[in-house]
Amino acid sequence: MAEQRVLTAEEMAKTMREVSVAEFFEKNRHLLGYENTTKALITIIKELVDNSLDACDEAGILPDIKVQIKEVGPDRFRISNEDNGPGVVAEKVPFAFGSLLYGSKFHRLRQSRGTQGIGVSGAILYSQLTAGKHAKVSASTGKALHDFEIGIDVAKNQPHVFSHKEQKNPDNWHGIRIEMEAEGRYIEGKQSVAEYLKQTAIANPHAKIVYDGPNGKINFDRVLKEVPKQPKEIRPHPYGIELGILRRMLAGTKARNVVGFLTSEFSRVGKGSAEQICKLAKIEFSRKAQSLTHEESERLHKAMQMVKLIAPPTDVLSPMGEHVITEGLKKELKADFYVAISRSPTVYRGYPFQVEVGIAYGGELQQEGTAQLFRFGNKVPLLYHQSDCATASAATEVNWRSYGLSQSGGGLPQGPVAILIHFASVWVPFTSEGKQAIAEYPEIVKEIKLALQDAGRKLSHFVNQRRRAQAQAMRRQIFERYMPVVAESLSKLTKRDEKTILKKFEDVIKKRAAIMAEAEKSEEENKEGKEDVGEVIGESMVEVEEGNEEKNEKDKEKKKGEEE
Amino acid sequence: MKESIKKLEQLGEKVLKDVEKGENPNLDIPLRTLSNVKYDKKTGMLTIGDKSAKRYFFNVAHAKKFMQTMMVAAFTKELLEEGIHTSLRDAFYALKRTFPNSNENTFDEQSESDPIIVDIEVALDILREQLHLSADVRGRVVGDVVIEDRGDSVDWSKLGSGGWSMPSNVEEIKFKKVKADFILVIEKNAAFERLHEDKFWQKHKCILLTTQGQAARGVRRVIQRLSSEFKLPVYVLTDIDSYGLYIYSVIKRGSISLSHVSDRLGTPNAKFLGLTMDDIEKYGLQKFTIKAEDTDIKRAQELMNYEWFKSPDWQRQLKMLMQKKIKAELEALSGRGLKFMTETYLPEKLKKKEFLD
Repeated sequence: MAEQRVLTAEEMAKTMREVSVAEFFEKNRHLLGYENTTKALITIIKELVDNSLDACDEAGILPDIKVQIKEVGPDRFRISNEDNGPGVVAEKVPFAFGSLLYGSKFHRLRQSRGTQGIGVSGAILYSQLTAGKHAKVSASTGKALHDFEIGIDVAKNQPHVFSHKEQKNPDNWHGIRIEMEAEGRYIEGKQSVAEYLKQTAIANPHAKIVYDGPNGKINFDRVLKEVPKQPKEIRPHPYGIELGILRRMLAGTKARNVVGFLTSEFSRVGKGSAEQICKLAKIEFSRKAQSLTHEESERLHKAMQMVKLIAPPTDVLSPMGEHVITEGLKKELKADFYVAISRSPTVYRGYPFQVEVGIAYGGELQQEGTAQLFRFGNKVPLLYHQSDCATASAATEVNWRSYGLSQSGGGLPQGPVAILIHFASVWVPFTSEGKQAIAEYPEIVKEIKLALQDAGRKLSHFVNQRRRAQAQAMRRQIFERYMPVVAESLSKLTKRDEKTILKKFEDVIKKRAAIMAEAEKSEEENKEGKEDVGEVIGESMVEVEEGNEEKNEKDKEKKKGEEE
Repeated sequence: MKESIKKLEQLGEKVLKDVEKGENPNLDIPLRTLSNVKYDKKTGMLTIGDKSAKRYFFNVAHAKKFMQTMMVAAFTKELLEEGIHTSLRDAFYALKRTFPNSNENTFDEQSESDPIIVDIEVALDILREQLHLSADVRGRVVGDVVIEDRGDSVDWSKLGSGGWSMPSNVEEIKFKKVKADFILVIEKNAAFERLHEDKFWQKHKCILLTTQGQAARGVRRVIQRLSSEFKLPVYVLTDIDSYGLYIYSVIKRGSISLSHVSDRLGTPNAKFLGLTMDDIEKYGLQKFTIKAEDTDIKRAQELMNYEWFKSPDWQRQLKMLMQKKIKAELEALSGRGLKFMTETYLPEKLKKKEFLD
């Protein structure tokens, strides 16, 4: 038997060390959306652009964003993004872009595009990992211009500043410009940088985005000059809180006792409700929040779900709005009809949320095939995992046929249709860290369906109207086809000039709208079963006249019998 | 002929006037359905009622038929002006064409043009024969008769086994010699040939005529002319089924879809000789009957409802057919021997004058 090498606990402890967040994500980059080189490029652009839009919106600035992607080698791209946002003060730049989970967004409940504080730093980490170069960050709040070269110390999750130069800023430019190199693969199509930017432009018609990509420049123009209403930050509502987060909040609170903790850290909890929760959880009001045991915090969590509370405030969201959706769709899609519906905000698991939809129909949209679905979570386009998304399941559950569209069993509608669905919330329940699909909570699916049905009803008016117009054109076509023959025959019967007669018929079509309307009406009557003359004798056996005896099978049989 | 041309011209002028007034051009076409057919007890024939329907051009359901009607009208006017005759089939082919830039034809089948021709016949009150249109030859006749047809003398007794084929238009035919006591009209060719070979018409001094199924207009006109011009009784021999009974009814009363020309085609004094439901038992034909299908029963019920089948005798026949659910063809008589019809059945029926009216 071979001698086996056995590690002692001491030896094992030597190999154990704390894994930094940065290190963790370096190994698990798929969780951040960098699982393949195609998606990596899109994710980098997404993080940079989302960040710029959030910053501009928050500062009340109409966004001007310049995005550039240049191929610098095989599978190697230089990516840059520049905005006209408020910028970041120089001292904070290294932390904002050189460490993960730093940003200000993770600690609060407020509708925003990014939420995890990983976004841009994650992109820089990926760049460092695949291209081995540091990122160039220029930032200014309108005063001096600061140029940085930044990397991430992966083991410590700390920024590594390679250079920092302060420069004059004569034009008082403000904003952030980031440039990095990364491994990637550039494609066009449904899941591409260009598509991501197009959908971003649809959701943000107040933004001007100039995209200079490997295949040329695209301008996404600004069509609205209003900055969206700012979302408000809210405290969490007891109904949505997770046990782990509750424990963290208990540990970190400045409140003196449990009742104070509940009233100050949560929305919709007054003194009465807080005491009721404590009674239910069998915890004394005066207990210090930090002193609760494991079991007590679990009882508290349960009790919080049982007490009757008012729903959280819903006026804290920043929806796109029906006008913005319509303008956004018009801007990027040449269709014949647009409709948008904004539902009133409502609540899932203690989080306020709001659903909005838009539909574009006809025009230059693709005639054949399945409808396009544009999905947005807090105004951010979702390009991947459509089939896992609450938006897609709601859209397929709607009976589009009743709105005049075709739909094959359990799918999206067919034909020249584009459907936009926006889900806005202080907390978007993504199915994974990749943030590409919204979880299918029944409340959410129901709201989306109601919005789509509402929009569908409006669409059906248009579709039916158009169908009627088409039928009318078809009718006219029939008359126009027969008219020359009728004129020719009339000319033979009356010895009048054929062309003059034809002209008279054409005049009726042009000038006698009443007759054409009548033609339509009588057609419908005819559909209901009224027969033209001479068609049916009203008998089960049509009498056989000479000349058309072949028509009658029975007669044929008879004749056959005779011949034999 | 001039009058017919004038009527066609007037039709064109009327439509033209509609268009000039900015109205929806339309034609009035009398209905040729059961609901617009009346049974005239005095004459014993069907006549057309006064219901009519408008056919509009600017109406998707009517437009094609309107266009077709105009085409047929113009076509027949040309026939009349040039003094040519043609067949229904020829007319169809002359009018059939494809519209430019489409797959649609003016007419697809002859079954579309034939009813349009009748529409014009009814609407303008001009006979199809006067429009110079004829149907295919159908129906044959033998007997001691000499006629003149387009200058030729034709002796019906000297035409061998085939007999004389009756043309569609028999208006111009002159009867030179008619030696017969009655006319025997037979639905089926096979029975006709049996009787012809057995020289039945010579022995019984009659004219023997087969309609070969439903009687064509020419055949019905021949029967009417012979019957009225020479005061000859007419006896009809058909299968005993609803189909055969309606053949008899058309010869006697006129037809539902051509009720406007009954006075020219009907022979109200025609009588039904057989087969009857009673004959089946009387002549031992039970073994040779056929089961009546649902459609036979349904059609028999319809016949029972016709006013001109309301006599107790006919009601009884039809009731028996429906209750026993059987029918019999003329061939059933051959079951009793090939010469049974010639030597036994017909002589007995004629002698006893067992006719239904």
